[in-house]
Amino acid sequence: MGQITLQGVRKSFGPVNIIKDANLDIDNGSFVVFVGPSGCGKTTLLRLIAGLEDVTGGQILIDGKNVVDVPPAKRGLSMVFQSYALYPHMSVRGNIAFGLKMAGLPRPDIDRKVEAAAATLNLTPYLDRKPRELSGGQRQRVAIGRAIVREPKAFLFDEPLSNLDAALRVQMRLEVTKLQKQLGTTAVYVTHDQVEAMTMADKIVVLNAGNIEQYGSPLELYERPANLFVAGFIGSPKMNFVPGEAVGELAVATLGVRPEHLKIGKEGEGWPGTVSVAEHLGSDTFLYVDTGKLGMLTARCIGEFSLKAGDRVWLSPDPARLHRFDKDGAVIGT
Amino acid sequence: MARKVTARRVWVSTAAAWLFGFLIFLPILWMVLTSFKTELDAFAMPPKFLLFHWTTENYATVQERSDYVHHALNSIIVAGGSTLIAMIIAIPAAWSMAFAPTKRTKDVLLWMLSTKMMPSVGVLVPIYLIFRDFGMLDTRAGLVMILCLGNLPIVIWMLFTYFKEIPRDILEAARMDGATIGRELIYVLTPMAVPGLASTLLLNFILAWNEAFWTLNLSTLDAAPLTVFIASYSSPEGLFWAKLSAASTLAIAPIIVLGWFTQRQLVRGLTFGAVK
Repeated sequence: MGQITLQGVRKSFGPVNIIKDANLDIDNGSFVVFVGPSGCGKTTLLRLIAGLEDVTGGQILIDGKNVVDVPPAKRGLSMVFQSYALYPHMSVRGNIAFGLKMAGLPRPDIDRKVEAAAATLNLTPYLDRKPRELSGGQRQRVAIGRAIVREPKAFLFDEPLSNLDAALRVQMRLEVTKLQKQLGTTAVYVTHDQVEAMTMADKIVVLNAGNIEQYGSPLELYERPANLFVAGFIGSPKMNFVPGEAVGELAVATLGVRPEHLKIGKEGEGWPGTVSVAEHLGSDTFLYVDTGKLGMLTARCIGEFSLKAGDRVWLSPDPARLHRFDKDGAVIGT
Repeated sequence: MARKVTARRVWVSTAAAWLFGFLIFLPILWMVLTSFKTELDAFAMPPKFLLFHWTTENYATVQERSDYVHHALNSIIVAGGSTLIAMIIAIPAAWSMAFAPTKRTKDVLLWMLSTKMMPSVGVLVPIYLIFRDFGMLDTRAGLVMILCLGNLPIVIWMLFTYFKEIPRDILEAARMDGATIGRELIYVLTPMAVPGLASTLLLNFILAWNEAFWTLNLSTLDAAPLTVFIASYSSPEGLFWAKLSAASTLAIAPIIVLGWFTQRQLVRGLTFGAVK
């Protein structure tokens, strides 16, 4: 079991409020990603759940029990750190076994579990090596092995892949997701990388300046962002924003349209502009179009698009995919 | 980009390094050589380097005239005792400053260091009077105390920098793994800090062994360590270079042997944290 509930959780360091009234229900077995720009409080929120920081106010319930006064060791959670945080003086075996040893398990049980975890993570040949003799990816596996071997109520991941190179990151992303589904253990994952968030999560929590801006499935956030911040944060390239009055929508402060929903139309239809940069990525082409009074807009087209800088284009937004926001940034309608 | 190093350059810098090393070593070598000369040869002008009448009579005289073992034992007790006590006080102090710093931690550290900036002679009179009034003159306990206090700032600073190097994440990982504070200390922190503890211990022992100002001023015979033993050969009767050298050689021999066998730890200790 691993149901985690936050009720009115607050955290301040001195006069600075890092987390302001966080309320959240994390279902047993789900994979929840905290995402947001740096300094938004996502890591702090994770550390509050872990018990490495004390809450200033509110309750954290794990399986219905308030744990704010329970030390991290007794919360039954395990954590994977960004720096791996392996014990440098212990072998891989020692690292993975440490938690079980602390729990006082008999030796044969420890050995059996460690071997099983090592086999799952392809670490068996390295069991007797020290962390310094391993590559970055292998160290990360050891850190994950240390987390899974204890069969915790939930895994907490603090940007675990950000120290890996791009190719390895994609591979580990898949492996972590697969492993979590296979074990069925609740996972809370912190990242600033929205691609990781979109691909790994069952549900995403978007944080900004200590507030939970939106909580929902990746597609919900993509299709129905609750406010300007989420709309701008989720999706790459970023959603285009134009002032409502500039396009004749007077009741709307800001109109949002994603690059993939801006079509290159016929001459005279839509918003005119000049291509300032065309990025050909092979699979896609990103056009950065200077539209004068609407500002710089991004359009996403198919890979074989042959426009180049200086070409005149007309952009027409898909009317069904427009996002309308009021002057406070909240979405209008549904 | 790697710099190109020519063979000639390697040769020149190697020679320069050896020359420099030899210059630093020269006084010790000269002292050892002098200890095997007759008093007459020790004075000879121009100085005799290797071609002199080799004799061990100085060592015999020194043994006869004073009790080397007594002074050596005092040195071991005073240096060892002050080091141990300093470590016992410094470990928890450095620990809390490294892992639970407050707003004032930096100030406290600087204040401790500032006590080392004053010349010892500035407090000689009050310290001497305190020692006299409490009957601590020429006692080992007194010397242990004064050397311990004198070196404490350095010990705390060294340990503080070692503990600072231990990543917090690792301690938190241990906490998440279910380790209590005690087990965190035993299984994770201490093994990681051992190299730092060892080099601090060694360096402080050497500092205390070589300390001459307080030992010379506060002890005469009973508690006198090897520094006093050396000094007794530069007496009012005139300088006896050969005998002084023999006494000095005897006094530094143990610490040189210790330093030789622990040089790896010492170098690591002095450069700790410089390179990741």
